[in-house]
Amino acid sequence: MGIEVQNVSKTFRSFKALKDVSLKVEDGELITLLGPSGSGKTTLLRIIAGLELPDDDNKGSVLFSGEDVAKKHVRDRQVGFVFQHYALFKHMSVFDNIAFGLRVRPKHERPSKQAIADKVTSLLKLIQLEQFATRFPSQLSGGQRQRVALARALAIEPRVLLLDEPFGALDAKVRQGLRTWLRRLHDEVHVTTILVTHDQEEALEVADRVVVMNQSKIEQVGTPEEVFHKPASEFVIDFLGNVNVFKGRLESGRAHFDSLAMDVPGLAHAPTGNANVYIRPHDLEIDRTKIGSQSLAANIERINPAGAHAKLTLLGVDGNEIQVDLPFERFTALNLKQGELVYVSPRKVHVFAPEYMI
Amino acid sequence: MSPLQETQRLKNQTTLPNTVQTTVLKPTAKFIDLLSSLVPGFLITLAVGFMTLFLVLPLAVIFIEAFKLGIVEYFKSFQDPSAWHAIKLTLIATGISLPLNLVFGIAAAWAIAKFEFVGKSVLITLIDLPFAVSPIISGLIFVLMFGLQGWFGAWLAERDLQIIFAVPGIVLATIFVTFPFVARELIPLMQEQGSDEEQAAISLGATGWQSFYYITLPNIKWAVLYGVILCNARAMGEFGAVSVVSGHIRGKTNTVPLHIEILYNEYNVVAAFAMASLLALMGLVTLALKTFLEWKVQQDRNTTLEPTLAEVH
Repeated sequence: MGIEVQNVSKTFRSFKALKDVSLKVEDGELITLLGPSGSGKTTLLRIIAGLELPDDDNKGSVLFSGEDVAKKHVRDRQVGFVFQHYALFKHMSVFDNIAFGLRVRPKHERPSKQAIADKVTSLLKLIQLEQFATRFPSQLSGGQRQRVALARALAIEPRVLLLDEPFGALDAKVRQGLRTWLRRLHDEVHVTTILVTHDQEEALEVADRVVVMNQSKIEQVGTPEEVFHKPASEFVIDFLGNVNVFKGRLESGRAHFDSLAMDVPGLAHAPTGNANVYIRPHDLEIDRTKIGSQSLAANIERINPAGAHAKLTLLGVDGNEIQVDLPFERFTALNLKQGELVYVSPRKVHVFAPEYMI
Repeated sequence: MSPLQETQRLKNQTTLPNTVQTTVLKPTAKFIDLLSSLVPGFLITLAVGFMTLFLVLPLAVIFIEAFKLGIVEYFKSFQDPSAWHAIKLTLIATGISLPLNLVFGIAAAWAIAKFEFVGKSVLITLIDLPFAVSPIISGLIFVLMFGLQGWFGAWLAERDLQIIFAVPGIVLATIFVTFPFVARELIPLMQEQGSDEEQAAISLGATGWQSFYYITLPNIKWAVLYGVILCNARAMGEFGAVSVVSGHIRGKTNTVPLHIEILYNEYNVVAAFAMASLLALMGLVTLALKTFLEWKVQQDRNTTLEPTLAEVH
């Protein structure tokens, strides 16, 4: 089922949690809402679920397959909602938790006892917890609890699955496992899914498309590749991974910073003005000798060689700190030492058109 | 702080500054050993003695006095019809005020813990009012409202309705003084539990009632019982407020506590203590139940699903 959010705003007392937000989610898509806390991502999710109502300004609407559900109660929206802290019913067994949504249906819609049992069993199989049916939530690990919560949400055959930081309370290892599991599950059941997270790695890894949110607004919508490699704003590049920032100037499509000047594709006709120049740590090359004019002299401050990339922290001659990620093979080939003077040259820079200053 | 903790704390205080003492007084190690073995003993004796004098002894006196003239005399005291009437009236007043305060307490706690609304803090303060106001004042409020000279006095008299110096007044006063017990017990627990589970239930298609019955109620059942037990004890034992509105009419508007006072003033000691033994017994049962329920409520709290268990994989 496709979902469309149109011009939705939400105000809590004096705080604007959402400012005129619009978003379209395609049928069967897995989309993540990514942003720092307070960016409005959870509010947007809860508005889609019906747990919050959007501001009554006659502009906002939420459409499920084209049908306006803004006035529809959560109960009638048929959404599967998964909470950060699981919200499992602690006095019920795993089986009863999953069966809950089917058992509370009015008599004429309720499946037979056998049908409910079959459904629950198949869901237990799906979440790989068949032998845990009679356990209580307190007897499960965090990861298992969240899987039960997911099965419980899936039991009502939701038109859309909404996950509010589902792995936020779990430790890194379990999180990683559940993430890949969720992606596989989605490819299997193909229900439209919206996942809220503040973890950029998680967002980029599981999603078909990522919605980056900041300060109650959507900054960018795109595939993980698009938002990472073609960030639409300073916020997006800053939020998605590490980045070096240089104070510079944009003049007729060339970025000037430190002693360097580089062409910025796409900004040839942008107005002249001060601009920040962003360079990803892996877009920097290191050499012992100065090659051409496009390099900066810097001292190696710290080396962290653990990982596929060696992470180097350099100190530019003008005092700028520069982060460089060097492929490990390259790092060992160069045999770099702490305190050495090296030359850094950028392969790629990101500059965002400066706004006119009045 | 319990007496045991108190002694533990004092013990710590007396033993900790040893290092300082050695430099100044240089007491022998033997002396310190002696001191640290005597002090806890002394404090425990003090605490136990205090408790015996002020708690155990009075309780024992009730039963000793009640059975002073033998078990036959004891049971004879209950043959007096006015005694039976007092017991009945107490049960009626409790029987009416308990369910009312139960419903009100759950509703108020539910509203306060799970919803945001204007005037919430006012409601919380109002619930505490009966705790803050002296019972005598609580009784007087009803006299001033429904008494002959009160605000509604003339209106009630015209219609031949009697509230003060009659059963309705006693019930009203009892409701008033026991008002906070259930709500007070539930609010912190429900606030702690939050409303995630209810939201989950609603999103799964449950109606408001279903979510209340299947989710909220099981989560608070022990706390509800706890509140009811305390409420019950207070309702049966209430003296001050009821005394003001009752009028002490024997066989008509006397509750058990009021009846005890009358008997005692008439030097009918055995009968007075026999009645008192009923209340004392109920108090002991309340205490036992209370301890059990406290333990149960604590269990409910401990099962809050924070990721406390070690991750299995």
